[in-house]
Order: sequence, then C-alpha cells, then structure tokens
Amino acid sequence: MPVIIFTEHSEEKIKKSSLEAISYGVALAGKLNTDAIAFVVGPTAATLSELGDFGIKKVVHANDSSIVTSDTKSMAAIIAQAVEAYQADIVVFSNTLTAKGVAPRLSVRMKAGLVTGAVALPDLTDGFSVRKTVFSGKAFADIQILSAKKIISLNQNAFEIIKSTGKAEVIPFTAANIPNSIKIKKINRVAGEISLAEADKVVSAGRGLKGPENWGMVEELAKLLGAATACSRPVADSNWRPHHEHVGQTGLSIAPDLYIAIGISGAIQHLAGVNRSKTIVVINKDPEAPFFKSADYGIVGDAFEVVPKIIEAVKQLKK
Amino acid sequence: MKILVCISRTPDTTAKIAFTDNNTKFATDGVQWIINPYDEWYALVRAIELKEKDASIGIHLITIGGAETEPIIRKALALGGDEAIRVNSTEEDPYFIANQIAVVAKEGAYDLILTGKETIDHNGSSIGAMVAELLDTPFISLATKLDIEPTQAVVTREIEGGEEEAEINFPLVLSCQKGMAEARIPNMRGIMAARTKPLAVKEPLASEKLTSTKAFVLPPAKSGVKLIPAETPELLVQLLREEAKVI
Repeated sequence: MPVIIFTEHSEEKIKKSSLEAISYGVALAGKLNTDAIAFVVGPTAATLSELGDFGIKKVVHANDSSIVTSDTKSMAAIIAQAVEAYQADIVVFSNTLTAKGVAPRLSVRMKAGLVTGAVALPDLTDGFSVRKTVFSGKAFADIQILSAKKIISLNQNAFEIIKSTGKAEVIPFTAANIPNSIKIKKINRVAGEISLAEADKVVSAGRGLKGPENWGMVEELAKLLGAATACSRPVADSNWRPHHEHVGQTGLSIAPDLYIAIGISGAIQHLAGVNRSKTIVVINKDPEAPFFKSADYGIVGDAFEVVPKIIEAVKQLKK
Repeated sequence: MKILVCISRTPDTTAKIAFTDNNTKFATDGVQWIINPYDEWYALVRAIELKEKDASIGIHLITIGGAETEPIIRKALALGGDEAIRVNSTEEDPYFIANQIAVVAKEGAYDLILTGKETIDHNGSSIGAMVAELLDTPFISLATKLDIEPTQAVVTREIEGGEEEAEINFPLVLSCQKGMAEARIPNMRGIMAARTKPLAVKEPLASEKLTSTKAFVLPPAKSGVKLIPAETPELLVQLLREEAKVI
C-alpha cells in the first residue's frame, strides 16, 4: 500500500518544497515497509527519472496539458484516480498554495484524515500521530489520524532533503473524465525573484528604514546572500514594498534557515509569521525592541551604519 | 444572491499560549476571544461590502461551537450579517465541521460560501475546500479579490510569485485573505441591531471524525540572544558562518 507524493513543478523544474515532501514520503514509506511513488501532473521540462536521486523508484506522470492545475476540483479528482490505481493509503503534499486547495478536497474524497502544516514524520508507537504547527507557530499539536487512509501536508522548510542514488521509472498516467470548474482569465507573475515561501534565507526590513528609497542596502545584502526580500506589515500597507513581501500573521508565514530583520520591532503579529525560522538575526537601534527576545543574534545599532558594514563583511567572505 | 460566511472563535492574537490537563487542552484562563481575524476582516467584511452595493444580497453566518461562541456571533452580526446559525458542537475535527457546514449550505442553497484563509489557532486551512468537495462546487483558496457578476464570480488569488484571475460560476466556495476587504469596526447602530437579529441553534448531524488532537507541545525556548557590538558587525557574519552555519 504505497505512499503517493504529490509533486509540484514550475514547468522547468521540480519545486524544492516537493523535494522535501518526496524525502518525507520516502522516509515514511521506509518506516512502513512500502513504496513511495511521486505523482506529477502536467507537462514539465524536468527529467522525472532523476527523482531517483531522492529515493523515488516510480514516478507516475499525468502528462496532459489540458488539465487546469489551478482547478482544485480537477486536481483532487486526478489525484484520487492515481490513489485508486496504485491502491495508496497515504498521500503526502508540501503545504503550498496548491495543496491548501487540493489536499482537503482529496481528504473528503478518500475519507482520509488530513494533517496540514506537518513538521515531522508520524509517530507510529500508538496509532498514527503527526506533529503540526498551531497557534501561528507558537505551539505544536500531535494530531492522531483515526482513518485507515491518511493525508499529510508538510510545512515548507520543515524536512531536510535527503539525497540517494538511482533512476526512477516514469510511468504515464491517463486521467479520465476530469471536470473543469473554473476559467483562468489572466496570470501576473513577478519574474526573477526568489520565492519567499521556498527561500532558505530571507532579509526583511521594517519601518525603521524610514522610506522605500532606502531599500537598496536590503536588496544588496539579500542578493549577496542569495536571499529573498521581505517586509513588515506597516511597510506593505504604506506601499513601500509590494504586498507579496509582507510576512507576519496576516501576510506570509515563512520558515527559512536564516531570517535577518532590519528595523522591525517584532510585534507579536510579525513574530507569528517568522518564528519558525531556524536562525533569527535582529538589527534594531532600540535595545527594548521585543524582537531581541526571540532572536539568536542581535545588533543594537543604526541600520544605516550597521548594514553597509555587514555587506562589506559578506563580500570579504566571498573573496 | 445568498452568501454564507463561516466564522470561528479564536483566542486574541496576543493571547498567551499555554496548555492544561497534561498538555491536552488550551489554557483559556484570562484569554480574550475574537472572531478569527481572516473570517472577520476578509470574508465577512467583503460580504458586507457586496451587500452595500446590492441590498438584495443576504448574508448568513455559521459557526460550529458551544454557547460560549455567541458573543462573537453577535459581534459579527453587529458588523453586518443578517442572521446566524450556530451548530451546537465543540468538536474540532475538520471533516466533522465541514460536514455540518455542508448540510446547512445545501439546505440554504447559498450561491457563495466564504471562509477565512485559516484559523489562527488550528492553522488548518482546510474547512473551505472540504465543504466545496462535499457540495461538489468549485473552490478557490487564498482569494485576494472578489467581484460578483450576474451568473459568475471573478476571483483573484495568490499563486507562487504572482496572482491569477479566474471566472467561476455559482455556487462556489472561497477562502479569503488580505486584499479582499478593508477591516472595519462595528458601530453603535449595528451593535443594537445585532441583539435582535435571528440566531438559530441547531444540533449537529452525526458525522465521522477522521482526526483527534492527542497533545500540545510548546517549542523549546530560545536560549537567549547573542548581542554583537554595533562597531563590529563583521563578527555577526563570522558567527553566521562558523556557529550557525547558515551562510
């Protein structure tokens, strides 16, 4: 009874978050003595047999360009067909924007208990329980899945990608009678930026920077580190930065390895979006800024003096 | 046009998070309760904005909860809902909850069902899509814009690195997030009117449960911040490389 991993791609390559889900699914299948199958929908330039590098032996590919991948109803129907064809008991997703629309639908279809925002492999010592984030990252809950079939949606940046060797067999899959319930009018993409949700490193700034004209140093530091840029809510609300950069309770919730906060005081609502970051650096001229309590490293100082020096030091490091 | 807005009661965003009963229950002592912000600011307020443009729109609210949830239902009615339904259950399994909403939604023949993008306590982000599947309707998650035309909705949603606009026929289910509407506070007239608006209490229908919460765990406390003098920020860079090993 294999584990199926719903594997997303950007048309060019498999998403990093899906490689994390694959590593999770392979490890879980190992624990359960079963196989892990990657399931891919839609045409992609990625070489799917290379998923063998991540421990996958079988890739099932519904290579049909007519499938509207934004349609949650279609996607749940397609995945349900693959689940049935391969008699899978467990489906693993990465907890992406797509998964948030599709995994709960599939849960109803399969009558499979769903845990979204999982952060660790299931504990099998007493039933099947999965740890997930709750209270906006301020706590975890162990959720027992009571049904025989199960769906786990893994938080991004919560599980290490595990490399393996081998080549995966790619099997075409034809889905039948897929409903189409929405019509896409247009898509606007911001090209060339590192996706904030998937970024390992994030450089973020707040009102302490005084105005949008001062973001040059934030962007320069981010570029040097290979980091994505983010901002606090007041900055997005003042239109200093685009709304999709807003991290916090009402914005995006992220969990990078490194989060550098410049001129952000660290209100509880901001922390809710970033407290899962592994290493937090806070640069603020106010020694009383609450953010220092949640930080690993801090500098009490003027960002306009400190950040250029950090940029210089990173450049030195790269030499 | 009939809109059903799903609302949930959550602890205030600044509430202290602690647990009792051997870490199996959330400690509610001293906790202020609010309407889940995403349900209020985005789902409910957008419904009210639409009704302000077209008075024939009816807005009904639904919550699944015990009698203790009634104050937040009254608050939602004060903001602008017409009437409310409370399904009398404290069950927390998403599948169970979605089934209760789906039954009410089917009976009421709603054109549009709105939820917030997630609750700030469970962070499940799953009820809306489950309801849509139970009703066999389209579902859009993380919608940032919603406009209504006679037979269809025009919805913008967030996608990775951008946004996507789609047209969808009614009925449909949407989960709403930032961008959808401007937050507002109830006025005195609304608060007075809310006291007499209908609030029906229904007993839940029998439904299977697929999950249950075993225990809660608090993350380990941070060991404390390591402060680096402002004169030597290069030391930070060195620590990030050698100690934290993140650059």
